Amino acid sequence: MLHTSLILITPLILFIVLGLFGKYLSPKAAGWLGTAGLLLITCLAYITAYHYFFEVGKVDGVYQKMELFSFSWLHLGEWLVVNLGFMLDPIAAMMLVVITTVSLMVHIYSSSYMKGEVGFQRYYALLSLFTFSMLGLVVANNIFQMYIFWELVGVSSYSLIGFYYTKPAAVTASKKAFIVTRFADLGFLIGILILSYYTRTFDFISLTDPKGALISNPASATFMGASVFTWAMALIFMGGAGKSAMLPLHIWLPDAMEGPTPVSALIHAATMVVAGVYLVARLFPVYYFVTPEVLTGIAYIGAATSLFAAIVACTQTDIKRVLAFSTISQIAYMLVALGVSKYEGHDGLGYMASMFHLFTHAFFKALLFLGAGAVIHAVHSNEMKDMGSLRKYMPVTHITFLIACLAIAGIPPFSGFFSKDEIMVAALHSNVAVFVCQYIVAGLTAFYMFRLYYNIFWSKDAHYHHTPHEAPAAMSFPLIFLAALTVAVGFIPFSTFTTADGAAFAGHIDWSVAAPSIAVALVGIGIATLMYKSESGKADKVASRFGKFYNWAVHKFYFDELYLFITKNLIFKYISTPVAWFDRNVVDGFMNFQATLTYTVSNGIKELQSGNIQRYVWVFAMGALTTLALVLFVL
Amino acid sequence: MRHELLLIAVAIVLLLFDLIASARVKKYHHLIACTLTAGFTVTSFLMHEETSSVFGGMYLDTAMHGLVKSLLAFGTLLTFLISNTWLAKPETAIKRGEFYVITLFTLVGMYLMISSGHFLMFYIGLETASIPMATLVAFDKYRRHSAEAGAKYILAAAFASAIMLYGLSMIYAFVGSLYFEDIAPVLSSTSYMCLIGLVFFLAGAFFKLSMVPFHLWTADVYEGAPTPVTAYLSVISKGSMAFAATVILYTVFGNMVDIWQPIFWWIILITITLANLFAVRQQNLKRLLAFSSISQAGYLALGIMSGTAMGMATVVYYTVAYLCSNFAAFGVIQAIEDKTGKVTLADYNGLYGTNPKLAITMMLAMFSLGGIPFFAGFFSKFFVFAAAAEQGQYLLVFLALLNTIISLYYYLLVVKAMFINKTDAPISTLKTDAYGRIALVACVLGMLFIGLISPIFDYIVSISFGM
Repeated sequence: MLHTSLILITPLILFIVLGLFGKYLSPKAAGWLGTAGLLLITCLAYITAYHYFFEVGKVDGVYQKMELFSFSWLHLGEWLVVNLGFMLDPIAAMMLVVITTVSLMVHIYSSSYMKGEVGFQRYYALLSLFTFSMLGLVVANNIFQMYIFWELVGVSSYSLIGFYYTKPAAVTASKKAFIVTRFADLGFLIGILILSYYTRTFDFISLTDPKGALISNPASATFMGASVFTWAMALIFMGGAGKSAMLPLHIWLPDAMEGPTPVSALIHAATMVVAGVYLVARLFPVYYFVTPEVLTGIAYIGAATSLFAAIVACTQTDIKRVLAFSTISQIAYMLVALGVSKYEGHDGLGYMASMFHLFTHAFFKALLFLGAGAVIHAVHSNEMKDMGSLRKYMPVTHITFLIACLAIAGIPPFSGFFSKDEIMVAALHSNVAVFVCQYIVAGLTAFYMFRLYYNIFWSKDAHYHHTPHEAPAAMSFPLIFLAALTVAVGFIPFSTFTTADGAAFAGHIDWSVAAPSIAVALVGIGIATLMYKSESGKADKVASRFGKFYNWAVHKFYFDELYLFITKNLIFKYISTPVAWFDRNVVDGFMNFQATLTYTVSNGIKELQSGNIQRYVWVFAMGALTTLALVLFVL
Repeated sequence: MRHELLLIAVAIVLLLFDLIASARVKKYHHLIACTLTAGFTVTSFLMHEETSSVFGGMYLDTAMHGLVKSLLAFGTLLTFLISNTWLAKPETAIKRGEFYVITLFTLVGMYLMISSGHFLMFYIGLETASIPMATLVAFDKYRRHSAEAGAKYILAAAFASAIMLYGLSMIYAFVGSLYFEDIAPVLSSTSYMCLIGLVFFLAGAFFKLSMVPFHLWTADVYEGAPTPVTAYLSVISKGSMAFAATVILYTVFGNMVDIWQPIFWWIILITITLANLFAVRQQNLKRLLAFSSISQAGYLALGIMSGTAMGMATVVYYTVAYLCSNFAAFGVIQAIEDKTGKVTLADYNGLYGTNPKLAITMMLAMFSLGGIPFFAGFFSKFFVFAAAAEQGQYLLVFLALLNTIISLYYYLLVVKAMFINKTDAPISTLKTDAYGRIALVACVLGMLFIGLISPIFDYIVSISFGM
């Protein structure tokens, strides 16, 4: 009880201490303080998760949602009560482990990566704030609390993307990320309001109870031809799609790569961007039982996004952007799995697979980003053309990066294989079109990851100003640790822990699906090997073969330009300009009128306050008598 | 009764100390006074009052009374804390003992007034609080302004008392008793005697709350009085009267709610508006805060007006938030006035550059008084408006909201002076004394966290009562 509450309290205190008093600490001390605090949180999270999974969580073979504490914060009305609480269930416990592990690795890694940066203490303070918000998000026991932490996560992400606030690109990117996700959160908020209005509760336990009022007997109100719950759940998903960078709200994530690379690893690969997936999983019973049509929509959005992002990833040359699009594509995978999932027993395979993939992806994607960070640290560039043959200079980075590439490509026995295989099976059982799409994406994933890998570690021998060096221990330790996890976590029998209905089922590898997907991955790797292993003109030739399509993909299918057109040419011109006119003339005019009036009247009545006590007493007496007269004769 | 007994004990100890102690020990006079008051404050918060009555029903107590008394004690402690440098001045130092004792005795008066169950007790408490108050206002009697303020206060207060007493005599004539429990069921809205009684009682209460048109003494007295006394007057005196009036209106004049609610409606509207109109043109910061405190009283009265348990809770909560904000503002003014003698708005130009901590404290106080989220003042205004809206007073709430915009103007003027206005001769960097700093830190913490810690409001709601 106490130690679980410390999981939230410690990072908050760290944030306040580092934020307020950081400038009095040396950068080194601030780094150590942040890392030591996070180590403590990690231990507590592990203990909590262990305690939950193996000791108290299971009742009659089913994992229960446990509310450790809940304290009522705002009484907005008779039934509208906002609580702040701490709830554990399998996915929350799993997320505790993921967040603290990756965050700890990033803390250690940053101590070296960020060394000498201006604002080192601020960086650690913000990392603590992020950790606090993300942990608060996953353990929230009601949707309103989740929303609060959701926004806090957004704020900390914003400040970390814009960490290099003297760099215009970083500032623009942070603004873009904030505005796009905030726009999506508008939908989230409206969704919450609709949902709570009709269910009269914010509480997750009563919302998601399959025998509860919402699921067994939803109100039948409709709006514009669709049930209010369809609207609510679709809008709530809009918030999730914003954070998880789903089509068409994905445009902020590639730009967010302007932030420091460890931040990208923590926030924009492993934790925050999966918040959308987590949200859908959190409300999964509602989606499944009340609004299955929204769930199907999620599956299609996921499939489209994963294909789109994979194609774009094949053409990018900035290594962090390749990883960013790969992240979008992989998160879309998770949403596809949720979208095709059912609820009970083995039918809930998709849900389990989604959470499994979230878990494995967190580690290998963090590893990829941290590896990319080590490379960038060594060659001082993000561009593939400035890299090549780094395997000779950076053996540790090379091996760990390769492991992560194999994992994401779905090669056994690395963890990505196991989770991806489950997703494939779930998709096949439910929707063949989606399955085929995911199958293609699997091949593309293997291709673009190895394109990246060969361009960095093989290919030409770039001319380096000074010889690239292997990452220092503080950076290579997290790489090795995460690589070990990437190898190991695939063997966790996930289907006994995180399932849609809490009951365990026997998971197994379906080789009839797995074998072809390994084959397609190998084909992808093979093509990449042919094209990129050694420098040759093949890649350009293939690119020119695709002509226009290749150009579209390089420009990310012109989504950014489309948004710019809509905002600049349509919204600014036809909505904002009139609104601004109204604001300047009518609203400000009213305010100015109020001010002038106030001042004139104020000037006119100043004589009342003469300083003359006889006058005061006279006014007093007249006031009392006038009141009396009014009371006696008017009322 | 324990609050009063303990308070009188503290006052007498301080009185005897002043009388007996040697000059060597008297160096610690302020420390001892503050420590005793602090001890008293803590004890009062820990004492849990049961509903009880003493003196055959002339004195009543509930948990709410206990809480309000503890808050007033805390405010008194803040007054003492910010007055150290002022009291240490040579012309005041010789009589500093009197300051503590007189202040504490006015507090005793307020306690009795709050807890009264009989109009005589109420009146005795009121006078016990207001006559010594005049001596406090005139404490710097060598300063013409202070002496003048004292004279104005005592004259105006005497007049207000007379009117109120006249009203009470009407009630006695009608009922034949001054016990609240005897009066409450007999009063009727149709009897002229009752109406005169009610209106004149309200006039006296409005005088203490400084509601328009019974407010004219306020600005002169606030400006002339020593700053700690002004702070005391504006928060403690006002807060005690607000609560006493709430209790009496709810428990005694409950029958006549149809009469006093419209009176409140108009008086609140005039008070808030007029006070704001005067405040916008003030150059002296103490005068500005005087008008601000008049308009704040209007918002406070909005809580009283609703007549529900929620209304009482909002009155007490408003007092808490107002206490923190106003003491913070006066604490800063006091610190600067003591060292430099400067109190005008123009003197504060560029304060942030030289005294950032004081400037930030002042800024928070202004934000809180202006009701900017998420400081204490925002929540207190929010709850007051909510209580009034619950009673269907939408128009009044709207007009009050409009007034908060005007009030924001003059609060932000202060902030603008400190942060934006440039000047060649800003107030030089000051070193505040430790006592004042403790008070300011307490106020700042209060402003920042009172609104966010919801159990405070929940607790107040749980012990409040309505008509």
